[in-house]
Amino acid sequence: MDAMAGKQSFEADQLPQIIVFGPPTFYKSHDKEFSSKFRVLKPWQSQLPLPEFLTAQAKNIRAALCSGVFKLTASILRHLPSLELVVSGSVGLNHIDLLECRRRGIAVATASTLYSGDVAELAVGLLLDVLRKISAGNRFVRNGLWLKQGDYYPLGSKLEGKQVGIVGLGSIGQEVAKRLEPFGCTISYHSRNRKLSVSYKFQPNIHQLATTSDILIICCALNEETRHMINRDVLLALGNEGVIVNVARGAIIDERELVWCLEKGEIAGAGLDVFENEPYVPQELRVLDNVVLSPHVAVLTVEASRDFYELASGNLEAFFSNQPLLSLVPNE
Amino acid sequence: MDAIGVLMVCPMNTYLEQELDKRFNLLRYWTQPRQHEFLTQHAESIRAVVGNASAGADAKLIESLPKLEIVSSFSVGMDKIDLNKCKERGIRVTNTPDVLTDDVADLAIGLMLAVLRRICACDKYVRSGGWKSGDFKLTTKFSGKTVGIIGLGRIGLAIAKRAEGFDCPISYYSRSEKPNTNYKYHKSVVELASNCDILVVACALTPETTHIVNREVINALGPKGVLINIGRGPHVDEAELVSALVEGRLGGAGLDVFEKEPEVPEQLFDLDNVVLLPHVGSATVETRKAMADLVVGNLEAHFANKPLLTPVV
Repeated sequence: MDAMAGKQSFEADQLPQIIVFGPPTFYKSHDKEFSSKFRVLKPWQSQLPLPEFLTAQAKNIRAALCSGVFKLTASILRHLPSLELVVSGSVGLNHIDLLECRRRGIAVATASTLYSGDVAELAVGLLLDVLRKISAGNRFVRNGLWLKQGDYYPLGSKLEGKQVGIVGLGSIGQEVAKRLEPFGCTISYHSRNRKLSVSYKFQPNIHQLATTSDILIICCALNEETRHMINRDVLLALGNEGVIVNVARGAIIDERELVWCLEKGEIAGAGLDVFENEPYVPQELRVLDNVVLSPHVAVLTVEASRDFYELASGNLEAFFSNQPLLSLVPNE
Repeated sequence: MDAIGVLMVCPMNTYLEQELDKRFNLLRYWTQPRQHEFLTQHAESIRAVVGNASAGADAKLIESLPKLEIVSSFSVGMDKIDLNKCKERGIRVTNTPDVLTDDVADLAIGLMLAVLRRICACDKYVRSGGWKSGDFKLTTKFSGKTVGIIGLGRIGLAIAKRAEGFDCPISYYSRSEKPNTNYKYHKSVVELASNCDILVVACALTPETTHIVNREVINALGPKGVLINIGRGPHVDEAELVSALVEGRLGGAGLDVFEKEPEVPEQLFDLDNVVLLPHVGSATVETRKAMADLVVGNLEAHFANKPLLTPVV
């Protein structure tokens, strides 16, 4: 990597020190590799409560690697007086007190668009599974029913020619659109802002998108505006042949209304990687044949893990060598 | 037109049956307890046979139907029809190309994603409550993997086009190299299998392509390789495939077809790197209707002395 070019070579005990919070899901399989480049403080291995641990050990820590679910609060930041950089393994930043970081001049680097392909392909995989009943057909065969009952019914639904509505046309949304185009789908989207560089049709609100789409794919961030954005009205507008796929955050969909609509046949099916109260998934969903459920695995690939290691260690090495960071979040 | 006997060899689609009932004297072969006698009884009136991927018109059936003029298949594959016998006897043959190309290609990609990203295993994990015990394991990304296609016909090309959207490099084996593609050609299936991550069977079934995926090919594909079969069961040496999967010599498989449908080797049932489907490549409401319309349209054209819509012979 180019970040290595200007790097000083360190003796083992002179390796730059970092602290890891969480740890990030992908950290453990790369612990050896991180430890060969940095001296790693691991608070989760200590018996001390975190504030005491930090007071005792983290006074001189300049860089932290933080998981996407660890709440990096102002209070914890106060225990890191030398901190200059936070590297997050996640794309979202809801877990970091950005205001406090900005006030202190602490730079933040994220996973950025790193996992967009992994997430996008799972969205397409879930969609194909729902439309073509792949998991249901697989169960049918494995339960011996092809022999006993004959051909599998009901028939699936063709993807070609369908109207796909993408909710949130950021990096992930665009990777989904790119993958779906060769299938002969017509793509439209709703986003906070119209994207001038794309040729897909923009719908000014979520209701319009649902009304004009056969399929909705949720790819947006979770925030105050998007919480429960997919409610009963939107699902009814999608219609009883409609399919919804969610690879974003569970709380974007009102889960109880989704269950109601699926049970009443108000929509035709759903592919869900995320839920409101993970790892709990409503029993009502777990018995339906027209839904496909996955346990928040959109980024859980060997390749994403490798990409995480390279980006996180790359950012940290760049920092310690006074090189530009690879994925700095600009101050907005 | 009412007097024209049309023999449907097995159940395939109720809409098709209804449409044939309206126009012809539809005889449902599978409902007859004594099929030989039934044929003898109706031999003089049966002028058409309607078959599909499971059953068609072999030499024996053709010989017992002296008035047979046309075989119309509810499928694109012709492997269940004795084409030489039909040519010999001047019997026309039609199939259902093009209308099912998209669905079959979609299913091939769906199987690739299901196998690599373990979607069916994930679904089972959630349904069984396993998620409460911990996260699912890491899987392998599909995007960017090399896809090797056996047979670059309509379906093969449609698969290639879709895989390209995932940045997958495409290579293929065909009887001859195709001009006008940027895809990498390999002179043998073994060479193709050695140089791809995912091998998909998309060619027609003929005596030459029977067991085109054999032990050598499976070994070349290897413990990280994945086989996808949306062609015909006999394309693959099923016994070799099963032992390779059970022994871990092959990384995974997505199978829509089997050598002896609806029998599926039970040794595969416990493997979470395998997805098994009951021959649903063209099984959508839209496509099955389009296929049925083609079968009916071909028969109508024939008996009205008009050009056939999708003749093979």
